[in-house]
Amino acid sequence: MKEKLQEIRNLAIDSINNASTLPEIEELRIKYLGKKGELTNVLKGMGKLSAEERPVIGQIANEIRNEIEDLIESKNKKLRSEEKAKKLQAEKIDITVSKKSKRVGHRHPLLATIQELEDLFISMGFMVIPGPEIETVKNNFDDLNSPENHPSRDLSDTFYINDEMLLRTHTSPVQIRAMKEYGAPLRMISAGRTFRFDDVDDTHSPMFHQLEGLVVDEKISMANLIHTLDIFIKELFGKDMKTRYRPHHFPFTEPSAEVDVSCLKCRGKGCPECNYTGWSMELLGCGMVHPNVLENCGIDSEKYSGFAFGMGIDRITMVKYGIKDIRLLFDNDNRFLEQF
Amino acid sequence: MLLPIKWLKDYVDTDKSSRELADGLTLSGSHVESIDSHDEVINVVVGKILKIEDHPNADKLVICTVDIGTDELIIVTGAKNLTVGDYIPVAKIGAKLPNGIEINKTNFRGVDSFGMLCSLKELGFHDNVIPKEMKDGIFILDKEYPLGKDILEVLELREAVIEFEITPNRPDCLSIIGMARETAATFNYELKEPKIEIKNEVDDIYDYTNGISVETDKCQRFYSRVIKDVEIKPSPLWLQTRLMEAGIRPISNIVDITNFVMLEYGQPLHAYDLNHLNGKKIIVRQAKNGEKLVTLDGNERIFDQNDIIITDAEGPIGIAGVMGGLDSEITNETKIVLLEGANFNSKNVRLTSKKLGLRTEASTRFEKGIDPNLCSVAVERVCQLVELIGAGTVVKGSIDVYNEVKEPKKITLRPERVNMLLGIEIPVEDMLASLNGLGIKSTFDGVLIHAIIPTFRLDIDIEADLIEEIGRLYGFHNIEPKPLLGGLTRGEKPFNLRIEDKVKSILQGLGLNEVMTYSFISPKAYDKINLPEDDSHRKYIRLLNPLGEDYSTMRTTLLPNMLELLSRNYNRGVESVYAYEIGNTFIPKNLPITELPDEKKVLSIGSYGDTDFYELKEIVEITLSKLGIKSYQYEREENNPTYHPGRTARLYSNGEYLGIIGEIHPDVLENYDMKARVYTAQIDFDKVVELTNLEIKYKPLPKYPAMVRDIAIVVKEDVLVGDIEKIIMKHGLGLIESLKLFDIYRGSQIGEGLKSVAYSIVYRSYERTLTDDEVNEIQDSIIRDLENSIGAKLRSI
Repeated sequence: MKEKLQEIRNLAIDSINNASTLPEIEELRIKYLGKKGELTNVLKGMGKLSAEERPVIGQIANEIRNEIEDLIESKNKKLRSEEKAKKLQAEKIDITVSKKSKRVGHRHPLLATIQELEDLFISMGFMVIPGPEIETVKNNFDDLNSPENHPSRDLSDTFYINDEMLLRTHTSPVQIRAMKEYGAPLRMISAGRTFRFDDVDDTHSPMFHQLEGLVVDEKISMANLIHTLDIFIKELFGKDMKTRYRPHHFPFTEPSAEVDVSCLKCRGKGCPECNYTGWSMELLGCGMVHPNVLENCGIDSEKYSGFAFGMGIDRITMVKYGIKDIRLLFDNDNRFLEQF
Repeated sequence: MLLPIKWLKDYVDTDKSSRELADGLTLSGSHVESIDSHDEVINVVVGKILKIEDHPNADKLVICTVDIGTDELIIVTGAKNLTVGDYIPVAKIGAKLPNGIEINKTNFRGVDSFGMLCSLKELGFHDNVIPKEMKDGIFILDKEYPLGKDILEVLELREAVIEFEITPNRPDCLSIIGMARETAATFNYELKEPKIEIKNEVDDIYDYTNGISVETDKCQRFYSRVIKDVEIKPSPLWLQTRLMEAGIRPISNIVDITNFVMLEYGQPLHAYDLNHLNGKKIIVRQAKNGEKLVTLDGNERIFDQNDIIITDAEGPIGIAGVMGGLDSEITNETKIVLLEGANFNSKNVRLTSKKLGLRTEASTRFEKGIDPNLCSVAVERVCQLVELIGAGTVVKGSIDVYNEVKEPKKITLRPERVNMLLGIEIPVEDMLASLNGLGIKSTFDGVLIHAIIPTFRLDIDIEADLIEEIGRLYGFHNIEPKPLLGGLTRGEKPFNLRIEDKVKSILQGLGLNEVMTYSFISPKAYDKINLPEDDSHRKYIRLLNPLGEDYSTMRTTLLPNMLELLSRNYNRGVESVYAYEIGNTFIPKNLPITELPDEKKVLSIGSYGDTDFYELKEIVEITLSKLGIKSYQYEREENNPTYHPGRTARLYSNGEYLGIIGEIHPDVLENYDMKARVYTAQIDFDKVVELTNLEIKYKPLPKYPAMVRDIAIVVKEDVLVGDIEKIIMKHGLGLIESLKLFDIYRGSQIGEGLKSVAYSIVYRSYERTLTDDEVNEIQDSIIRDLENSIGAKLRSI
């Protein structure tokens, strides 16, 4: 019987070792270890054995059973992992293929810039206040202390609807509206469309965009103005940017200044773009609110002072992205828009 | 404003470089645009023509022998204006000229040339300042100069010319003396103004004229003198180079002097040939409609009553502050001259100059305003210079018609206000020094600064103006930045703008590109979208002075701009576009408008290419649902000529009209030259904001399983799925969690004019597990109702 068991064992081990698929192994398991399997059949004849022989043969049979079971188990494991590997291998794809099936949306670079600037000023405690595109001559010029004889009021500079209404030439009338509505103290900005009688070319457009800011409070000074704008410019263009405040003239501020910032191309080193001056010119206009403007809005110019600033967003957007032709901003070519 | 440094140095002593001057003046408020110099001219010297011979092989060339002191050079030239004995600039071999030109030995048709004779242009002057007689030839010097001497020395061109951008409030800086005053104040120099003296005066002005009368209040002052025994000839070289450097073409001595003084003081002047003045008199008055004058430039000008003109006894001889007449101009025959130093109303000059399209050095100065006290100073200065260069004899006496003499203003200034507004701490002495440096005589009484504003400072009216003066000389760049103080303020954005930002990010997420178009459109745009004649969108606001028809009306709809840009993309070969714009429409309250219109915001979406009506509808619904607007009703829009009659819907939410979603009518597409189908939504954005509700309440996740039932029915083609869905939902007893349309099928098995519509209905209760029976019962009642009310037939799946 012992020989019989050894024979079964050897046969089983051979065939398991030779098997190469999981079903084959399963077949062998049933053949040798199943209820009607060969090993079981042999063990059924144990009854005929003597009491001395029985434990010995029993032990041998158990050892053989365990050996076969282990072998099947390990063979199974091996085959399963081989099969998995084969499957994964078969599933290999060309990872360089681009499907391009998702439509991706894009913000208009100029409008995104406006939102970015608004968020920046909101974080500095400014209110965002919108204003209408069609304005009164009073808000756009008179109350802003613009001289009655100023060329900017000409039909060749400003689009008029009639004697009293026009397309606003700057966002400054929103200052007037805000001061009249909220009084002092006040911290506000306003961005939007503005219009001037300019024929379209690379750098001009009859419609363009400005962002305007105003702070009115007691004892507001030029030093406050410089501090605020410096923060803003560094946030927008980078910490290494320098600013230069040059005296200038605007009817609605006194004193007035223009702000140059380090050339955005060479960061101030000097290059053909900035005419080797190291400065990007005239990025912002600013100044201390003219007392007449405060008074026109019912604010006591002795008690309160304020500063105001304004900038052309189109120019800032163009400088930021290296856009040379302003027309691209209004052309809405998909191939342009999808670059942002 | 061109400022030759050489000229500046007549009035201030400075050893600063042109760069230092430019930087300093920029920071004190005179913005430098460029610095120009003749530095590029190297090794050009004075030479004398000894001999001129014909070139053996070329008719158009001559061979000159030129003495340059150290050497005699053979130079071949094509110039025609040379005579033996002329002194001329010679560029030697190795010389450099502007634009990188370098002079080498050159062979001209067999003859070697050892240098080049130069024109003024080759020395770096612009065509528009070169005297006419020098235009096409070599620059011939006015007299003998040491041979071999550097030409830049001879012409006094060693120094740079700085170009400034002068702000409109500072017309006084449109003069060399004005800029000298700024320079003196900026660098703490003393200003040396010219001392005006006339040594020899003869006869009397009334011997030659019959007086001047001013018949309009638009001429505040007219100051006049007479010069006799005039000999018209070219000005001395120093005067000519001064003018050329400052951007003015030399003409002849008298005219050059008036131009020189205009540049020096900023006061435009005019010289009349007195022999050509009828009646020897001058009248300043408003023009009569239709009066005419041929101006110096040879053009006939026609006036109206808003123009101020200068006339003699018979008619116009000049346009006040703009240009003189041809008849009375100074010619080579002129013997006696009447000088005009006048002050005209800036607005009139500006409007006349603009209307005539005639901008001159004089008009640009007058339109910004000039101190009337300068009239006499400038005319006297002309007389002095006439005497100095021997251009004529000054006649004794002047005629001065001066209405309302301009007196200096007095302004008081609080020193503490200066420091407060600028945010600095400077002593009163520094303030006084700055003001006095600018010619503003200022004193301090222990409390206040009393400032006397010179009449040339037209821009200073109030205390803040003086604070600016002190601030700019202190230097804004020297102000130490200080943070804003005061209570914390909350930065915020109004609700509608926040919703706008949110919608933009939703739409970006849905794959739409943001576009931006003009607020004004062509009136033809309304025709192009086939809008009926009586459509309310045709009640638009027109611009009084549009840039052209295409930009002449304020848009009442965003659709035409959207179609334009889609068409533009389409015709450039862009396959597919999905775009949106949020912008204003301008809805007048009445026409013509008497009050500001309503600016109503519209969300405009447009698309073509790989898309359809349903995708657009879904985009709109997703956007609205993200804003908490979750109930939609649709109505067919069948009679709108802009839209496809079968593929357009009006969108409502709980009875509120939100806008229109649809396919553009093929007739309209034809107008836009498009062959692709175009889909658009025009949504009332203000209404959307009004209905927005951003509150979100969490709903617990379901604990009980769902049951899914599919149902397919056959209905007539014109039955709306919306109606089918209403019926299904009606019977759901609140247990229908979702309803998904998964198929619409048409085909021969279904039958002509019919369609099969298939839904997957998900049932779920939040309280218990549903039973088959109760769901079956609902299904049955749904099917019964569908059969009864819309004649549906159940189709087995």
